[in-house]
Amino acid sequence: MERNPLRRQLQIMRKSLFDQGYLDEQFVQLEELQDESNPNFVEEVVTLYYRDSARLILNIEQALERKPYNFHKLDAYMHQFKGSSSSIGAKKVKAESTLFREYCKSGNGEGCMRCFQQLKKEYTTLRKKLEAYFQVARQAGPMETACRPK
Amino acid sequence: MEVAGEVLHSGSSQELHVLAVDDSYVDRKVIEKLLKTSSCKVTAVESGARALQFLGLDGGKGSLGFNGLKVNLIMTDYSMPGMTGYELLKKIKRSSAFREIPVVIMSSENILTRIDSCLEEGAEEFLVKPVKLSDVKRLTKDCVTRGETEGRDGRRVNKRKLEDDNHSSSSSTSSSPSTTASFGCGLATSELLSSPLHSSKRAKLRDRD
Repeated sequence: MERNPLRRQLQIMRKSLFDQGYLDEQFVQLEELQDESNPNFVEEVVTLYYRDSARLILNIEQALERKPYNFHKLDAYMHQFKGSSSSIGAKKVKAESTLFREYCKSGNGEGCMRCFQQLKKEYTTLRKKLEAYFQVARQAGPMETACRPK
Repeated sequence: MEVAGEVLHSGSSQELHVLAVDDSYVDRKVIEKLLKTSSCKVTAVESGARALQFLGLDGGKGSLGFNGLKVNLIMTDYSMPGMTGYELLKKIKRSSAFREIPVVIMSSENILTRIDSCLEEGAEEFLVKPVKLSDVKRLTKDCVTRGETEGRDGRRVNKRKLEDDNHSSSSSTSSSPSTTASFGCGLATSELLSSPLHSSKRAKLRDRD
C-alpha cells in the first residue's frame, strides 16, 4: 500500500478504472512502455487519442445529419475510432464502437443513432476520468512499475 | 551494387531499422515506442505512398534511390485509405530491390481470408492489433537471428511459392535477410498454423489450393 497520499489516490483511481471496465490490458501495455526517457508517454498517447477521436466523433455526427445514412462511410469512421480506442485500452468505448459497426453492417440507422449517443456518453466519462487521473499522476510524480489489475 | 534490404552481417551489434506504416496517429506513436523499446531504429510514415517514397520505390528514382538507412523490416497496418497494407505488401514483394525485406501486416480485424491473402503474397506474419511489446520483441529478435544465420551460411530461401526455383538460383551470397518464415505465427487463430517451421507453413498454404 502506497504511503504517499497522492500515490495512494492514484492507485485507487487506477484500480477503479480497471475494475469498472473503462480500461483494459492495452492500457497496461502502454504503461509498461513508459520509462525515464519518456516519463509521460501514456498521457501523450492519450492526448493524441483525444484529438483523433474528437475529430472522428465530429465526422460521424455530421454524417448522421445527412439522410439517408451512408453506412459505408459511418462504418469507416467508426473503424478508425475503434482502432485508436483499442490502442489505448478504452474498453467500454471500444465495445460501443463494435456495436455501432454492427448496426452499420445491418443498415440499422436508428440503432446507429442510439448507439452513438451512448458511445459519446462513455467517451466523455472516460475522458473526464483520465484527465483527472493524469492530473494526479503529474502531481504524484513517476510511479515505479505498472502493475496488472487482478 | 549493394543489395537493398541487406541486414546485419553476423556478429554486428547494429540496430534494426524498421519502417512502420500506419494512418493512425495514435498507432504510429505506439508502434514507434514499441520498436524503440525493442532497440530498433524507427521510421514511421502515415501511408503506403509515403513508405514507397521513403524506399525510393515511388517511380521517381528507381530501386537505387534509397534514402539513408537500409530498412530491415516493414510493419504495416492493413486498413489504410489510398493504398492498403496489402497493396503495399504486393508492391514490395514484386520489387526486385525490396522483396527480401520482411513485411509484417497489422490489423484490428482477425479475418481468415485476409490473413491468408497476406501470407500468400509473402507477408512474414499477420499481427492482430493492438500489437503487444512481446510481439514486437519476438519479431525483431527473429529478424536479427535470421540476419546472423544468413551471414553465417550464406543461404537464402525464397518464399514466393511458384517463382522459387527461378529466383533462388540467382541469389548472391550476401547476408540479405532470409524470407524463410522463421517467425512464430503470431496469429490469433492458432489452428491456422500449427508450427512456426517454414516447410509446414508452406505446405499448409499449398494444401489450400
